Amino acid sequence: MIEPIVLTLKLASLTTVILLIIGTPLAWWLARSQCIFKEAVGAVVALPLVLPPTVLGFYLLIALGPQSPLGQLSHTLFGQALPFSFAGLVIGSVIYSMPFVVQPVRNAFEAIGDKPLEAAATLRASPIDCFFNVAIPLARPGLITGAVLGFAHTVGEFGVILMIGGNIPGETKVLSIAIYDHVENLEWTQAHILSAGMLVFSFIVILSMMVLDKRLRRGRKVS
Amino acid sequence: MSQITARFKGQLDQFQLDVDFTIPSVGVTALFGQSGCGKTTVLRCLAGLERVTEGDLRINGAVWQDQSSFVKPHHRPVGYVFQDANLFDHLDVKGNLLFGHKRSSQKNDGPFFEGVVSLMGLSNLLDRPVQMLSGGERQRVAIGRALLSHPKLLLMDEPLSALDRFAKEEIIPYLQKMHQALSIPIIYISHDSEEVERLADHLILMEKGRIVKSGPLFDMLSDPKLFIAKSSKTASVFEGVICHFDEADQITSLQFCNRTFHVPGYVGEVGETRRVRIVATDVSLANEMPSKTTILNVFESRIIEIVAIDEARYNVVLELGTAKLIARISKRSLSHFDFQIGQSVFAQVKAVSMVEKRKRK
Repeated sequence: MIEPIVLTLKLASLTTVILLIIGTPLAWWLARSQCIFKEAVGAVVALPLVLPPTVLGFYLLIALGPQSPLGQLSHTLFGQALPFSFAGLVIGSVIYSMPFVVQPVRNAFEAIGDKPLEAAATLRASPIDCFFNVAIPLARPGLITGAVLGFAHTVGEFGVILMIGGNIPGETKVLSIAIYDHVENLEWTQAHILSAGMLVFSFIVILSMMVLDKRLRRGRKVS
Repeated sequence: MSQITARFKGQLDQFQLDVDFTIPSVGVTALFGQSGCGKTTVLRCLAGLERVTEGDLRINGAVWQDQSSFVKPHHRPVGYVFQDANLFDHLDVKGNLLFGHKRSSQKNDGPFFEGVVSLMGLSNLLDRPVQMLSGGERQRVAIGRALLSHPKLLLMDEPLSALDRFAKEEIIPYLQKMHQALSIPIIYISHDSEEVERLADHLILMEKGRIVKSGPLFDMLSDPKLFIAKSSKTASVFEGVICHFDEADQITSLQFCNRTFHVPGYVGEVGETRRVRIVATDVSLANEMPSKTTILNVFESRIIEIVAIDEARYNVVLELGTAKLIARISKRSLSHFDFQIGQSVFAQVKAVSMVEKRKRK
Protein backbone atom coordinates (compact mmCIF):
# COMPACT_ATOMS: atom_id res chain seq x y z
CA MET A 1 0.00 0.00 0.00
CA ILE A 2 3.01 2.27 0.57
CA GLU A 3 4.29 1.91 -2.97
CA PRO A 4 1.57 3.97 -4.72
CA ILE A 5 1.90 6.72 -2.08
CA VAL A 6 5.66 7.00 -2.55
CA LEU A 7 5.25 6.93 -6.32
CA THR A 8 2.59 9.66 -6.17
CA LEU A 9 4.73 11.90 -3.98
CA LYS A 10 7.71 11.35 -6.27
CA LEU A 11 5.65 12.22 -9.35
CA ALA A 12 4.05 15.28 -7.76
CA SER A 13 7.35 16.64 -6.40
CA LEU A 14 9.19 16.18 -9.67
CA THR A 15 6.29 17.71 -11.62
CA THR A 16 6.14 20.72 -9.30
CA VAL A 17 9.87 21.36 -9.56
CA ILE A 18 9.77 21.15 -13.36
CA LEU A 19 6.69 23.36 -13.48
CA LEU A 20 8.32 26.03 -11.32
CA ILE A 21 11.39 26.00 -13.53
CA ILE A 22 9.54 26.30 -16.84
CA GLY A 23 6.27 27.84 -15.61
CA THR A 24 7.82 30.88 -13.87
CA PRO A 25 9.58 32.33 -16.94
CA LEU A 26 6.47 31.49 -19.00
CA ALA A 27 4.25 33.31 -16.49
CA TRP A 28 6.68 36.25 -16.56
CA TRP A 29 6.48 36.40 -20.32
CA LEU A 30 2.67 36.17 -20.23
CA ALA A 31 2.54 38.94 -17.62
CA ARG A 32 4.98 41.35 -19.29
CA SER A 33 5.07 40.73 -23.02
CA GLN A 34 3.38 43.03 -25.54
CA CYS A 35 3.34 40.22 -28.13
CA ILE A 36 0.04 39.81 -29.96
CA PHE A 37 0.15 36.01 -29.68
CA LYS A 38 0.45 36.24 -25.92
CA GLU A 39 -3.19 35.49 -25.16
CA ALA A 40 -3.20 32.60 -27.62
CA VAL A 41 -0.24 31.06 -25.78
CA GLY A 42 -2.04 31.76 -22.50
CA ALA A 43 -5.12 29.94 -23.80
CA VAL A 44 -3.07 26.90 -24.84
CA VAL A 45 -1.51 26.75 -21.38
CA ALA A 46 -5.00 26.98 -19.81
CA LEU A 47 -6.53 24.28 -22.06
CA PRO A 48 -6.17 21.42 -19.53
CA LEU A 49 -8.57 23.33 -17.28
CA VAL A 50 -11.49 22.63 -19.61
CA LEU A 51 -10.33 19.70 -21.72
CA PRO A 52 -11.49 16.24 -20.58
CA PRO A 53 -8.42 14.40 -19.23
CA THR A 54 -9.16 11.52 -21.60
CA VAL A 55 -8.81 13.82 -24.62
CA LEU A 56 -5.52 15.14 -23.31
CA GLY A 57 -4.38 11.62 -22.50
CA PHE A 58 -5.34 10.37 -25.95
CA TYR A 59 -3.32 13.03 -27.76
CA LEU A 60 -0.41 12.59 -25.38
CA LEU A 61 -0.46 8.89 -26.08
CA ILE A 62 -0.19 9.62 -29.80
CA ALA A 63 2.41 12.36 -29.34
CA LEU A 64 4.62 10.21 -27.12
CA GLY A 65 4.06 6.95 -29.01
CA PRO A 66 6.92 5.05 -30.64
CA GLN A 67 5.96 6.32 -34.12
CA SER A 68 6.09 10.00 -33.10
CA PRO A 69 9.28 12.09 -33.32
CA LEU A 70 9.22 12.53 -29.54
CA GLY A 71 8.84 8.79 -29.01
CA GLN A 72 11.73 8.06 -31.36
CA LEU A 73 13.90 10.63 -29.64
CA SER A 74 13.15 9.04 -26.30
CA HIS A 75 13.91 5.61 -27.72
CA THR A 76 17.32 6.64 -29.04
CA LEU A 77 18.19 8.59 -25.86
CA PHE A 78 16.89 6.29 -23.13
CA GLY A 79 16.20 3.10 -25.02
CA GLN A 80 12.59 3.07 -23.86
CA ALA A 81 9.25 4.37 -25.01
CA LEU A 82 7.45 7.09 -23.06
CA PRO A 83 3.92 5.76 -22.73
CA PHE A 84 3.39 3.45 -19.77
CA SER A 85 6.55 4.71 -18.10
CA PHE A 86 7.23 7.06 -15.19
CA ALA A 87 8.92 9.57 -17.53
CA GLY A 88 5.77 9.62 -19.65
CA LEU A 89 3.71 10.32 -16.55
CA VAL A 90 5.94 13.25 -15.65
CA ILE A 91 5.52 14.77 -19.12
CA GLY A 92 1.76 14.28 -18.96
CA SER A 93 1.50 15.72 -15.45
CA VAL A 94 3.58 18.77 -16.36
CA ILE A 95 1.22 19.61 -19.20
CA TYR A 96 -1.89 18.73 -17.22
CA SER A 97 -0.97 20.77 -14.11
CA MET A 98 0.65 23.68 -15.98
CA PRO A 99 -2.28 26.12 -15.69
CA PHE A 100 -2.48 25.59 -11.93
CA VAL A 101 1.07 26.91 -11.58
CA VAL A 102 1.24 29.45 -14.40
CA GLN A 103 -2.01 31.27 -13.59
CA PRO A 104 -1.29 32.24 -9.94
CA VAL A 105 2.32 33.11 -10.76
CA ARG A 106 1.23 35.24 -13.71
CA ASN A 107 -1.33 37.03 -11.53
CA ALA A 108 1.36 37.70 -8.93
CA PHE A 109 3.74 39.09 -11.55
CA GLU A 110 1.00 41.29 -12.97
CA ALA A 111 0.18 42.61 -9.50
CA ILE A 112 3.78 43.82 -9.04
CA GLY A 113 3.34 46.38 -11.82
CA ASP A 114 6.09 48.41 -13.46
CA LYS A 115 7.08 50.56 -10.53
CA PRO A 116 9.41 48.33 -8.48
CA LEU A 117 11.04 47.18 -11.73
CA GLU A 118 11.61 50.76 -12.82
CA ALA A 119 13.09 51.58 -9.44
CA ALA A 120 15.41 48.60 -9.81
CA ALA A 121 16.41 49.67 -13.32
CA THR A 122 17.40 53.14 -12.08
CA LEU A 123 19.47 51.37 -9.41
CA ARG A 124 21.55 49.62 -12.11
CA ALA A 125 19.76 46.27 -12.07
CA SER A 126 19.67 44.59 -15.49
CA PRO A 127 16.41 42.93 -16.62
CA ILE A 128 17.63 39.46 -15.50
CA ASP A 129 18.80 40.89 -12.19
CA CYS A 130 15.35 42.51 -11.79
CA PHE A 131 13.63 39.21 -12.49
CA PHE A 132 15.56 37.25 -9.86
CA ASN A 133 16.01 39.90 -7.19
CA VAL A 134 12.82 41.95 -7.43
CA ALA A 135 10.09 40.12 -9.34
CA ILE A 136 10.60 36.63 -7.86
CA PRO A 137 10.76 37.78 -4.20
CA LEU A 138 7.75 40.08 -4.66
CA ALA A 139 5.77 37.30 -6.36
CA ARG A 140 6.52 34.81 -3.58
CA PRO A 141 2.89 34.39 -2.43
CA GLY A 142 1.90 33.57 -6.01
CA LEU A 143 4.79 31.14 -6.39
CA ILE A 144 3.84 29.34 -3.19
CA THR A 145 0.18 29.14 -4.26
CA GLY A 146 1.23 27.88 -7.68
CA ALA A 147 3.55 25.23 -6.23
CA VAL A 148 0.93 23.96 -3.78
CA LEU A 149 -1.82 23.87 -6.40
CA GLY A 150 0.44 22.18 -8.96
CA PHE A 151 1.52 19.57 -6.41
CA ALA A 152 -1.99 18.89 -5.14
CA HIS A 153 -3.45 18.74 -8.62
CA THR A 154 -0.81 16.23 -9.73
CA VAL A 155 -1.53 14.07 -6.67
CA GLY A 156 -5.21 13.98 -7.62
CA GLU A 157 -4.64 13.26 -11.30
CA PHE A 158 -6.46 10.21 -12.70
CA GLY A 159 -7.73 10.41 -16.28
CA VAL A 160 -4.52 11.36 -18.01
CA ILE A 161 -2.55 8.79 -16.04
CA LEU A 162 -4.96 6.04 -16.89
CA MET A 163 -4.66 6.92 -20.57
CA ILE A 164 -0.87 7.20 -20.84
CA GLY A 165 0.41 5.32 -17.81
CA GLY A 166 -1.88 2.40 -17.28
CA ASN A 167 -1.50 0.47 -14.07
CA ILE A 168 2.06 -0.80 -13.62
CA PRO A 169 2.98 -1.21 -9.93
CA GLY A 170 6.02 0.85 -8.95
CA GLU A 171 6.12 2.53 -12.35
CA THR A 172 2.77 4.12 -13.09
CA LYS A 173 0.38 2.88 -10.40
CA VAL A 174 -0.19 6.10 -8.48
CA LEU A 175 -2.57 6.70 -5.62
CA SER A 176 -5.71 7.54 -7.59
CA ILE A 177 -5.21 4.48 -9.81
CA ALA A 178 -4.61 2.32 -6.73
CA ILE A 179 -7.90 3.48 -5.19
CA TYR A 180 -9.73 2.71 -8.43
CA ASP A 181 -8.04 -0.68 -8.51
CA HIS A 182 -9.05 -1.50 -4.94
CA VAL A 183 -12.65 -0.52 -5.59
CA GLU A 184 -12.71 -2.61 -8.76
CA ASN A 185 -11.48 -5.60 -6.73
CA LEU A 186 -13.99 -4.87 -3.94
CA GLU A 187 -11.13 -4.24 -1.45
CA TRP A 188 -13.14 -1.63 0.44
CA THR A 189 -10.86 -1.35 3.48
CA GLN A 190 -7.79 -0.42 1.43
CA ALA A 191 -9.89 1.95 -0.69
CA HIS A 192 -11.19 3.57 2.49
CA ILE A 193 -7.73 4.08 3.97
CA LEU A 194 -6.30 5.64 0.81
CA SER A 195 -9.40 7.75 0.11
CA ALA A 196 -9.64 9.09 3.65
CA GLY A 197 -5.93 9.88 3.51
CA MET A 198 -6.48 11.84 0.32
CA LEU A 199 -9.41 13.65 1.87
CA VAL A 200 -7.36 14.74 4.88
CA PHE A 201 -4.40 15.66 2.68
CA SER A 202 -6.57 17.83 0.39
CA PHE A 203 -8.20 19.56 3.34
CA ILE A 204 -4.83 20.35 4.90
CA VAL A 205 -3.48 21.67 1.61
CA ILE A 206 -6.42 24.01 1.03
CA LEU A 207 -6.50 25.20 4.64
CA SER A 208 -2.79 25.88 4.92
CA MET A 209 -2.84 27.71 1.63
CA MET A 210 -5.65 29.99 2.74
CA VAL A 211 -3.95 30.72 6.05
CA LEU A 212 -0.61 31.35 4.36
CA ASP A 213 -2.18 33.61 1.77
CA LYS A 214 -3.88 35.64 4.45
CA ARG A 215 -0.66 36.02 6.43
CA LEU A 216 1.39 37.06 3.42
CA ARG A 217 -1.28 39.57 2.44
CA ARG A 218 -1.36 41.00 5.93
CA GLY A 219 2.43 41.34 5.94
CA ARG A 220 2.16 43.39 2.75
CA LYS A 221 -0.50 45.67 4.06
CA VAL A 222 1.05 46.88 7.30
CA SER A 223 1.98 50.18 5.71
CA MET B 1 31.48 70.31 -21.36
CA SER B 2 29.95 70.51 -17.95
CA GLN B 3 26.35 70.76 -19.03
CA ILE B 4 23.26 68.74 -19.78
CA THR B 5 21.65 69.11 -23.17
CA ALA B 6 18.37 67.39 -23.88
CA ARG B 7 15.81 67.35 -26.65
CA PHE B 8 12.72 65.13 -26.54
CA LYS B 9 9.86 65.06 -28.99
CA GLY B 10 6.95 62.65 -29.04
CA GLN B 11 3.23 62.19 -28.60
CA LEU B 12 1.82 62.06 -25.09
CA ASP B 13 -1.77 61.24 -24.14
CA GLN B 14 -3.07 64.79 -24.28
CA PHE B 15 -0.52 66.73 -26.27
CA GLN B 16 2.77 66.75 -28.08
CA LEU B 17 5.89 66.74 -25.94
CA ASP B 18 8.50 68.98 -27.48
CA VAL B 19 11.26 70.11 -25.17
CA ASP B 20 14.77 71.28 -25.79
CA PHE B 21 16.98 72.58 -23.01
CA THR B 22 20.54 73.05 -21.87
CA ILE B 23 21.29 73.41 -18.20
CA PRO B 24 24.50 73.64 -16.21
CA SER B 25 25.43 70.35 -14.62
CA VAL B 26 25.79 71.86 -11.16
CA GLY B 27 23.20 72.82 -8.61
CA VAL B 28 19.50 72.22 -8.56
CA THR B 29 17.36 72.69 -11.63
CA ALA B 30 13.64 72.81 -10.99
CA LEU B 31 11.24 71.59 -13.65
CA PHE B 32 8.24 73.67 -12.81
CA GLY B 33 4.72 73.65 -14.19
CA GLN B 34 1.17 72.56 -13.59
CA SER B 35 0.24 68.91 -13.11
CA GLY B 36 0.05 67.03 -16.38
CA CYS B 37 2.29 69.36 -18.36
CA GLY B 38 4.81 66.62 -19.12
CA LYS B 39 7.38 67.18 -16.36
CA THR B 40 7.41 63.57 -15.28
CA THR B 41 7.76 62.37 -18.86
CA VAL B 42 10.82 64.57 -19.30
CA LEU B 43 12.34 63.10 -16.15
CA ARG B 44 11.53 59.55 -17.29
CA CYS B 45 13.16 60.29 -20.64
CA LEU B 46 16.27 61.50 -18.83
CA ALA B 47 16.38 58.25 -16.85
CA GLY B 48 15.71 56.16 -19.95
CA LEU B 49 12.49 54.73 -18.51
CA GLU B 50 10.62 56.15 -21.45
CA ARG B 51 11.71 56.48 -25.04
CA VAL B 52 10.05 59.10 -27.21
CA THR B 53 10.25 59.01 -30.98
CA GLU B 54 12.86 61.73 -31.24
CA GLY B 55 15.40 62.25 -28.53
CA ASP B 56 18.88 63.52 -27.96
CA LEU B 57 20.56 63.58 -24.59
CA ARG B 58 24.11 64.45 -23.63
CA ILE B 59 25.39 64.56 -20.07
CA ASN B 60 28.76 66.29 -19.71
CA GLY B 61 29.65 65.26 -23.24
CA ALA B 62 28.57 61.61 -22.92
CA VAL B 63 25.79 60.62 -25.32
CA TRP B 64 22.92 58.82 -23.59
CA GLN B 65 20.54 59.03 -26.50
CA ASP B 66 20.64 60.19 -30.10
CA GLN B 67 19.31 59.11 -33.52
CA SER B 68 21.01 55.75 -33.44
CA SER B 69 21.78 54.95 -29.82
CA PHE B 70 19.90 54.62 -26.58
CA VAL B 71 21.62 53.83 -23.30
CA LYS B 72 19.42 51.44 -21.28
CA PRO B 73 18.22 52.76 -17.91
CA HIS B 74 20.36 50.36 -15.89
CA HIS B 75 23.48 51.56 -17.69
CA ARG B 76 22.79 55.22 -16.88
CA PRO B 77 24.39 56.55 -13.71
CA VAL B 78 21.26 58.31 -12.52
CA GLY B 79 19.50 58.28 -9.19
CA TYR B 80 15.73 58.50 -9.42
CA VAL B 81 13.51 59.47 -6.51
CA PHE B 82 9.91 58.62 -7.29
CA GLN B 83 6.91 60.60 -6.15
CA ASP B 84 5.78 57.86 -3.78
CA ALA B 85 9.17 56.50 -2.66
CA ASN B 86 8.61 53.19 -4.48
CA LEU B 87 10.62 51.13 -2.02
CA PHE B 88 11.05 47.37 -2.36
CA ASP B 89 8.51 45.74 -0.06
CA HIS B 90 10.49 42.52 0.22
CA LEU B 91 13.58 44.22 1.65
CA ASP B 92 14.12 46.09 4.90
CA VAL B 93 15.51 49.62 5.00
CA LYS B 94 19.10 48.43 4.80
CA GLY B 95 18.30 46.08 1.92
CA ASN B 96 16.68 48.94 0.04
CA LEU B 97 19.63 51.24 0.67
CA LEU B 98 22.15 48.62 -0.44
CA PHE B 99 20.24 47.56 -3.57
CA GLY B 100 21.76 50.23 -5.80
CA HIS B 101 24.97 50.53 -3.79
CA LYS B 102 25.90 46.88 -4.40
CA ARG B 103 25.34 47.32 -8.11
CA SER B 104 27.25 50.59 -8.49
CA SER B 105 30.84 50.98 -9.58
CA GLN B 106 32.03 51.78 -6.05
CA LYS B 107 30.19 49.03 -4.25
CA ASN B 108 32.16 48.58 -1.09
CA ASP B 109 32.39 52.13 0.07
CA GLY B 110 31.57 51.75 3.77
CA PRO B 111 32.29 55.34 4.77
CA PHE B 112 30.07 56.59 1.95
CA PHE B 113 27.27 54.31 3.13
CA GLU B 114 27.66 55.57 6.69
CA GLY B 115 27.75 59.13 5.40
CA VAL B 116 24.50 58.87 3.47
CA VAL B 117 22.81 57.04 6.34
CA SER B 118 23.68 59.83 8.75
CA LEU B 119 22.96 62.57 6.19
CA MET B 120 19.43 61.22 5.76
CA GLY B 121 19.05 60.37 9.45
CA LEU B 122 18.45 56.68 8.91
CA SER B 123 20.75 55.03 11.47
CA ASN B 124 17.88 54.00 13.72
CA LEU B 125 15.75 52.65 10.89
CA LEU B 126 18.16 50.25 9.16
CA ASP B 127 16.56 47.02 10.40
CA ARG B 128 12.97 48.19 9.99
CA PRO B 129 10.69 46.62 7.40
CA VAL B 130 9.66 49.33 4.96
CA GLN B 131 5.99 48.77 5.79
CA MET B 132 6.68 50.21 9.25
CA LEU B 133 7.93 53.59 8.03
CA SER B 134 6.10 56.91 7.98
CA GLY B 135 5.69 58.80 4.71
CA GLY B 136 8.61 61.12 5.45
CA GLU B 137 10.85 58.23 6.48
CA ARG B 138 10.01 56.31 3.31
CA GLN B 139 10.98 59.28 1.19
CA ARG B 140 14.27 59.69 3.09
CA VAL B 141 15.07 56.03 2.47
CA ALA B 142 14.23 56.51 -1.21
CA ILE B 143 16.58 59.49 -1.45
CA GLY B 144 19.32 57.63 0.43
CA ARG B 145 18.88 54.62 -1.83
CA ALA B 146 19.25 56.79 -4.93
CA LEU B 147 22.33 58.58 -3.55
CA LEU B 148 24.03 55.31 -2.60
CA SER B 149 23.99 54.14 -6.20
CA HIS B 150 26.66 56.81 -6.91
CA PRO B 151 24.63 58.75 -9.46
CA LYS B 152 26.16 61.38 -11.70
CA LEU B 153 22.72 62.97 -12.02
CA LEU B 154 19.95 62.91 -9.45
CA LEU B 155 16.36 63.07 -10.69
CA MET B 156 13.61 63.82 -8.20
CA ASP B 157 9.94 63.61 -9.15
CA GLU B 158 8.00 65.73 -6.67
CA PRO B 159 9.53 63.89 -3.72
CA LEU B 160 7.46 65.94 -1.29
CA SER B 161 4.08 66.02 -2.97
CA ALA B 162 2.76 62.80 -1.44
CA LEU B 163 3.57 64.04 2.05
CA ASP B 164 1.49 66.09 4.43
CA ARG B 165 2.79 69.44 5.63
CA PHE B 166 4.30 68.00 8.77
CA ALA B 167 6.29 65.35 6.90
CA LYS B 168 7.32 67.96 4.34
CA GLU B 169 8.82 70.21 6.97
CA GLU B 170 10.59 67.17 8.40
CA ILE B 171 12.23 66.26 5.10
CA ILE B 172 13.20 69.67 3.66
CA PRO B 173 16.17 70.11 6.03
CA TYR B 174 17.51 66.77 4.79
CA LEU B 175 17.16 67.92 1.20
CA GLN B 176 18.99 71.13 1.98
CA LYS B 177 21.77 69.26 3.75
CA MET B 178 22.00 66.95 0.78
CA HIS B 179 22.33 69.84 -1.65
CA GLN B 180 25.18 71.20 0.40
CA ALA B 181 27.01 67.92 0.72
CA LEU B 182 26.81 66.77 -2.89
CA SER B 183 28.28 68.19 -6.01
CA ILE B 184 26.11 66.25 -8.45
CA PRO B 185 23.48 68.05 -10.50
CA ILE B 186 19.89 67.57 -9.40
CA ILE B 187 16.80 67.91 -11.56
CA TYR B 188 13.80 68.42 -9.36
CA ILE B 189 10.15 68.41 -10.40
CA SER B 190 7.75 70.61 -8.54
CA HIS B 191 4.51 72.43 -8.94
CA ASP B 192 4.95 74.30 -5.67
CA SER B 193 6.60 77.68 -6.16
CA GLU B 194 7.70 77.96 -2.52
CA GLU B 195 9.54 74.65 -2.77
CA VAL B 196 11.27 75.89 -5.92
CA GLU B 197 12.31 79.15 -4.25
CA ARG B 198 13.77 77.21 -1.36
CA LEU B 199 15.73 74.67 -3.31
CA ALA B 200 16.40 75.63 -6.92
CA ASP B 201 19.26 77.48 -8.64
CA HIS B 202 17.95 77.11 -12.15
CA LEU B 203 14.41 76.94 -13.41
CA ILE B 204 12.74 75.33 -16.42
CA LEU B 205 9.17 76.45 -16.84
CA MET B 206 6.88 74.02 -18.65
CA GLU B 207 3.39 74.33 -20.05
CA LYS B 208 1.49 71.67 -22.07
CA GLY B 209 4.52 69.68 -23.11
CA ARG B 210 6.63 72.67 -24.05
CA ILE B 211 9.24 74.77 -22.33
CA VAL B 212 8.05 78.31 -21.79
CA LYS B 213 11.40 79.56 -20.58
CA SER B 214 14.51 78.34 -18.86
CA GLY B 215 17.11 80.29 -16.94
CA PRO B 216 18.68 81.09 -13.57
CA LEU B 217 16.09 81.10 -10.76
CA PHE B 218 16.39 84.76 -9.81
CA ASP B 219 15.87 86.02 -13.36
CA MET B 220 12.96 83.69 -13.95
CA LEU B 221 11.10 84.58 -10.76
CA SER B 222 11.21 88.26 -11.55
CA ASP B 223 10.21 87.91 -15.19
CA PRO B 224 6.76 89.54 -15.23
CA LYS B 225 5.79 87.85 -18.50
CA LEU B 226 5.87 84.36 -17.02
CA PHE B 227 2.83 82.88 -15.32
CA ILE B 228 4.57 82.48 -11.96
CA ALA B 229 4.48 86.27 -11.72
CA LYS B 230 0.70 86.14 -11.80
CA SER B 231 0.16 83.90 -8.80
CA SER B 232 -0.94 85.30 -5.46
CA LYS B 233 2.33 83.99 -4.00
CA THR B 234 4.53 85.82 -6.49
CA ALA B 235 7.80 86.69 -4.84
CA SER B 236 11.25 87.98 -5.64
CA VAL B 237 14.19 86.00 -4.30
CA PHE B 238 17.63 87.44 -3.63
CA GLU B 239 20.87 86.13 -2.28
CA GLY B 240 22.59 88.40 0.18
CA VAL B 241 25.74 88.23 2.30
CA ILE B 242 25.31 88.76 6.02
CA CYS B 243 27.20 91.93 6.96
CA HIS B 244 26.10 92.76 10.47
CA PHE B 245 24.17 91.52 13.46
CA ASP B 246 22.80 94.09 15.90
CA GLU B 247 22.90 92.45 19.33
CA ALA B 248 20.66 95.03 21.04
CA ASP B 249 17.82 95.01 18.50
CA GLN B 250 18.39 91.45 17.29
CA ILE B 251 18.47 92.51 13.65
CA THR B 252 20.58 90.88 10.97
CA SER B 253 21.66 92.95 7.99
CA LEU B 254 22.37 91.43 4.62
CA GLN B 255 24.17 93.09 1.76
CA PHE B 256 22.89 92.67 -1.75
CA CYS B 257 24.08 94.81 -4.68
CA ASN B 258 24.91 97.82 -2.54
CA ARG B 259 21.57 97.60 -0.75
CA THR B 260 21.09 96.45 2.77
CA PHE B 261 18.21 94.29 3.92
CA HIS B 262 17.31 94.05 7.57
CA VAL B 263 15.82 90.85 8.88
CA PRO B 264 14.63 90.34 12.44
CA GLY B 265 16.45 87.71 14.47
CA TYR B 266 19.82 85.99 14.18
CA VAL B 267 20.19 84.41 10.79
CA GLY B 268 23.83 83.37 10.54
CA GLU B 269 27.47 84.34 10.79
CA VAL B 270 28.78 87.51 9.15
CA GLY B 271 30.05 86.62 5.67
CA GLU B 272 27.61 83.79 5.08
CA THR B 273 25.21 83.82 2.16
CA ARG B 274 21.46 83.58 2.66
CA ARG B 275 18.48 83.52 0.37
CA VAL B 276 15.68 85.97 1.15
CA ARG B 277 12.22 86.17 -0.31
CA ILE B 278 10.06 89.21 -0.76
CA VAL B 279 6.43 88.57 -1.59
CA ALA B 280 5.08 91.01 -4.21
CA THR B 281 2.04 91.88 -2.09
CA ASP B 282 4.37 92.93 0.77
CA VAL B 283 5.93 95.68 -1.33
CA SER B 284 4.29 99.09 -1.45
CA LEU B 285 5.43 102.11 -3.43
CA ALA B 286 5.74 105.80 -2.55
CA ASN B 287 6.79 108.87 -4.50
CA GLU B 288 8.80 110.29 -1.63
CA MET B 289 11.03 108.84 1.01
CA PRO B 290 8.55 107.89 3.74
CA SER B 291 9.67 109.70 6.88
CA LYS B 292 7.59 108.10 9.57
CA THR B 293 7.19 104.40 9.14
CA THR B 294 7.73 101.17 11.07
CA ILE B 295 9.02 99.52 7.96
CA LEU B 296 12.72 98.62 8.13
CA ASN B 297 13.44 98.11 4.50
CA VAL B 298 12.95 101.02 2.15
CA PHE B 299 14.81 101.17 -1.15
CA GLU B 300 14.98 103.86 -3.73
CA SER B 301 14.70 102.33 -7.16
CA ARG B 302 13.49 102.80 -10.70
CA ILE B 303 10.40 101.33 -12.37
CA ILE B 304 11.39 99.27 -15.36
CA GLU B 305 8.13 97.56 -16.24
CA ILE B 306 4.41 97.70 -15.42
CA VAL B 307 2.37 94.59 -16.24
CA ALA B 308 -1.35 94.05 -15.72
CA ILE B 309 -2.24 90.83 -13.88
CA ASP B 310 -6.02 91.19 -14.22
CA GLU B 311 -8.55 94.04 -14.29
CA ALA B 312 -7.70 95.26 -10.80
CA ARG B 313 -4.04 94.47 -10.14
CA TYR B 314 -0.64 95.28 -11.57
CA ASN B 315 2.89 94.02 -11.13
CA VAL B 316 5.38 96.87 -11.00
CA VAL B 317 8.91 95.66 -11.67
CA LEU B 318 11.66 97.64 -9.99
CA GLU B 319 15.33 97.66 -10.68
CA LEU B 320 17.32 96.63 -7.66
CA GLY B 321 20.97 96.51 -8.63
CA THR B 322 21.36 93.61 -11.01
CA ALA B 323 18.11 92.03 -9.90
CA LYS B 324 14.46 92.87 -10.02
CA LEU B 325 11.90 93.39 -7.31
CA ILE B 326 8.21 92.91 -8.02
CA ALA B 327 5.58 95.04 -6.27
CA ARG B 328 1.92 94.11 -6.52
CA ILE B 329 -0.31 97.20 -6.49
CA SER B 330 -3.92 97.94 -7.32
CA LYS B 331 -5.12 99.64 -10.47
CA ARG B 332 -6.43 102.49 -8.35
CA SER B 333 -3.02 103.15 -6.78
CA LEU B 334 -1.35 102.98 -10.15
CA SER B 335 -3.60 105.64 -11.64
CA HIS B 336 -3.67 107.72 -8.46
CA PHE B 337 0.09 108.00 -8.23
CA ASP B 338 0.51 107.91 -12.00
CA PHE B 339 3.55 105.65 -11.91
CA GLN B 340 5.48 105.58 -15.17
CA ILE B 341 8.27 103.43 -16.53
CA GLY B 342 11.64 105.04 -15.82
CA GLN B 343 10.30 106.88 -12.80
CA SER B 344 12.15 106.79 -9.51
CA VAL B 345 10.16 105.50 -6.53
CA PHE B 346 10.62 104.29 -2.97
CA ALA B 347 9.76 100.68 -2.35
CA GLN B 348 8.72 99.81 1.17
CA VAL B 349 9.15 96.17 1.97
CA LYS B 350 6.96 95.04 4.80
CA ALA B 351 8.42 91.60 5.23
CA VAL B 352 11.65 89.98 4.16
CA SER B 353 11.59 86.29 4.90
CA MET B 354 14.48 83.90 4.92
CA VAL B 355 14.09 81.24 2.30
CA GLU B 356 16.38 78.67 3.81
CA LYS B 357 19.42 78.12 5.92
CA ARG B 358 21.54 76.92 3.12
CA LYS B 359 25.22 77.50 2.65
CA ARG B 360 26.42 78.05 -0.88
CA LYS B 361 29.75 76.92 -2.15
